[in-house]
Amino acid sequence: MKLTLKIWRQKNPKAKGNFETYIMDNVSPKMAFLEMLDALNKKLIEEHKDPVAFDNDCREGICGSCGMYINGHPHGPVPAITTCSLSMRYFKEGDTIWVEPWRAKPFPVIKDLIVDRSAFDKIQIAGGFISVNTGAAPEANSILIQKKKSDDAFDSAICIGCGACVAACKNASAMLFVSAKISQFALLPQGRVEARERVRTMVEKMDELGFGNCSNTGACEAECPKEIKLVNIARLYREYYKAF
Amino acid sequence: MGKLISKIPDGPLATKWTKYKASVKLVNPANKKKLEIIVIGTGLSGASASSALGELGYSVKTFCYQDSPRRAHSVAAQGGINAAKNYQNDGDSTFRLFYDMIKGGDFRAREANVYRAAEVSNQVIDHFTALGVPFARDYGGTLDTRSFGGVQVSRTFYSKGQTGQQCLLGVYSSLNRQIKKGNVTMYPRREMLDLVLIEGKARGIIARNLLTGEIERHAAHAVVLATGGYGTIYFLSTLAVNSNASAAWKAHKKGAFFANPSFVQIHPTCVPQLNEFQSKLTLMSESLRNDGRVWVPKTKGDSRPANDIPEEERDYFLERRYPAFGNLVPRDVASRAAKERCDAGFGIGETGLAVNLDFRDSIKKQGKEAIENKYGNLFDMYKTITGIDSYEEPMRIYPAGHYTMGGLWVDYELMTTIPGLYAIGESNFSDHGANRLGASSLMQASGDGYFILPNTISNYLADEIRVPKIPTDKPEFAEAEKTVIERLNKFISIKGRKTAASFHKRLGKIMWDYCGMVRNEEGLNKALILIKDLRDEFWRDLNIPGEFAELNQELEKAGRVADYFELAELLVTDALNRKESCGAHFREEYQTPEGEALRNDEEFAYVAVWEYAGEGNPHNLHKEELKFEEVEMKVRSYK
Repeated sequence: MKLTLKIWRQKNPKAKGNFETYIMDNVSPKMAFLEMLDALNKKLIEEHKDPVAFDNDCREGICGSCGMYINGHPHGPVPAITTCSLSMRYFKEGDTIWVEPWRAKPFPVIKDLIVDRSAFDKIQIAGGFISVNTGAAPEANSILIQKKKSDDAFDSAICIGCGACVAACKNASAMLFVSAKISQFALLPQGRVEARERVRTMVEKMDELGFGNCSNTGACEAECPKEIKLVNIARLYREYYKAF
Repeated sequence: MGKLISKIPDGPLATKWTKYKASVKLVNPANKKKLEIIVIGTGLSGASASSALGELGYSVKTFCYQDSPRRAHSVAAQGGINAAKNYQNDGDSTFRLFYDMIKGGDFRAREANVYRAAEVSNQVIDHFTALGVPFARDYGGTLDTRSFGGVQVSRTFYSKGQTGQQCLLGVYSSLNRQIKKGNVTMYPRREMLDLVLIEGKARGIIARNLLTGEIERHAAHAVVLATGGYGTIYFLSTLAVNSNASAAWKAHKKGAFFANPSFVQIHPTCVPQLNEFQSKLTLMSESLRNDGRVWVPKTKGDSRPANDIPEEERDYFLERRYPAFGNLVPRDVASRAAKERCDAGFGIGETGLAVNLDFRDSIKKQGKEAIENKYGNLFDMYKTITGIDSYEEPMRIYPAGHYTMGGLWVDYELMTTIPGLYAIGESNFSDHGANRLGASSLMQASGDGYFILPNTISNYLADEIRVPKIPTDKPEFAEAEKTVIERLNKFISIKGRKTAASFHKRLGKIMWDYCGMVRNEEGLNKALILIKDLRDEFWRDLNIPGEFAELNQELEKAGRVADYFELAELLVTDALNRKESCGAHFREEYQTPEGEALRNDEEFAYVAVWEYAGEGNPHNLHKEELKFEEVEMKVRSYK
């Protein structure tokens, strides 16, 4: 395939960025999207140009490192996958592909497609844990949990922290991300003990870091590569009201 | 140096750890605060060690190259985590878990360490459960388990196909709690580029801030490496593309011996290579072999679609060769059997380098929903990559480089041959011998970090309480920093034509072809020449754009590839030295008439421990004899 790429280039956080155009010949439909960018970078380096910087690591959709806007969608136009799992078979001869970094005030651009998502860690540090010291845990089967509850907790716990929800939201809200962690622990008896404190500190930190509020448009759910559900946000509200 | 002291406590196997803990030196709480510990890596071992050490009150500084500790590659482990809970009443016990690991490792692991790993496994499950890790449960509310390769009990706890992610998020949460308390300081986007020794002790590191390129000095009373394995030496592997051996290799060059480097596990069930620019091979969990049957057509070059090939024309080669364990033979055995069929011309697909993993019979018997419950996300993942629906037709799989049993040599306390330098998790060599059983790496990494290292490190630190905070303006720091900067500048100054990744890919091909699933003397000798030539070319013709004092991902890669050239030579040297077949190390010259691995216990029942002897000099070989007090070395049979 021959493709035209329009990629956001930005030298550093302070620089003014712009779209650069690159033509890619011979793109195989069996390549992954990031492998196509690898091929572009190889070409750029051989031409003594600066390669495109982007975060990536596991390349199997689980670490949450990669994240870019592709043709107006976080992680591209195919639902329920990350950028690294996006196959080039979804594109066709002659396509123009627009590639941008996450755009949200709490995620400043570092270089090209790399953004600073440390705000997510800060929210987790504020309260995303159960306070149990190593060695103090009871026998695992002494805590009985309904299968349904445990499965629901798992469905919330699979968030990969990529930031697509924030990038997709017109308010740059982190509600889906925060509510997934709140839900996981709120559903489990182990997490109930600190539930009030947790939801208060995490929401407070989220607000302090400049994430916007939720206006229920559901863009986050639609774009989440792990299909985290909006019901988590409802749970967050319930937990939050109970906490005061 | 020269003599390896493994510090294994006396007494019967089952009492060693208890006895050790009862007699180990302790550090009082007031002194702990004054003692600084550096931890490199935030996977299961690094993050669990950091949080456990933080809980104890030490001042911990933790580093990772990712933007967040939550992204370390433990996150990608799929199938599960073992423990000897015996919740199934199927005869499991600490001893049986230990025995399975020793046998699975083909009697090339250290008995006392393996027993201890099995011993703490139950505590690991208790702790993860308390941390809110959502393991699968039965309807009565208790924890569920499943079976894994190489064993006959059901002891693997799991969270669908995302057990690694769930466990990693568990340790990440306990790490975050200690960060909040101020006991751990987190340094993300940092890469350790050298180890600093003062008077022979590990006292700090030189790190590069990957965002700014700035070179930083960090000091501590002890340094813990939790840096994972070196599977990306094959370029294409199941590992994260940035995983690397550089921190461990730098430590090795400063005096930490490297053990059994050639013991590399090739995982049997991975998605085969699809294109030339392929950057990694995705693993499909071994748990799939519980319900999936592995087969190839009985006729060479049979190109019919799998579903059109009738039952009697299929060769279920694992069930045929290994009736007792069938599709659940250990990884090394399954990988070699697949390679044997493909090499003989029975492989499927365009390349002939693939075999079928078929769920047809299980779906017929258990229903689609049951299969979806167990493996739903794996089937989705396979479909995402290949576009193929495995509920309808078999998966195509082929082996890929996965886990490195070899690593830095450590004693019973997990200390390397450098005083004050520890290695935990996959970065050490100690628990898996020549082959690792499935679901035992999450178990070992968390056990090392949560329950073992925090107990053993005090034995060293108790004698360090009078050592004040280590200043970073010492000449040893300046010297190490200078070396690091010179090397980075050298990469940039070559100004050749080829990218670091292109060299990495070529190195990987050499390693895969000559030092992969099957090895022989001629091939290994050839590999040594090819590696050397390629390494010379690298230092002549490397092209690194940009500067070192800025975000420069190409420069990061160059350093990792340069270290891999050196490690590759040692890996091949080790494979040449070991004139036997054991576990994942299969030397063609040493096999039974049926094609199974032929061990040589008379001559090779030892850990090959390599000492760096300076640039251009051959490594010195030390041997740690393996003494088995409670088990008998047997031929490992799964027939």
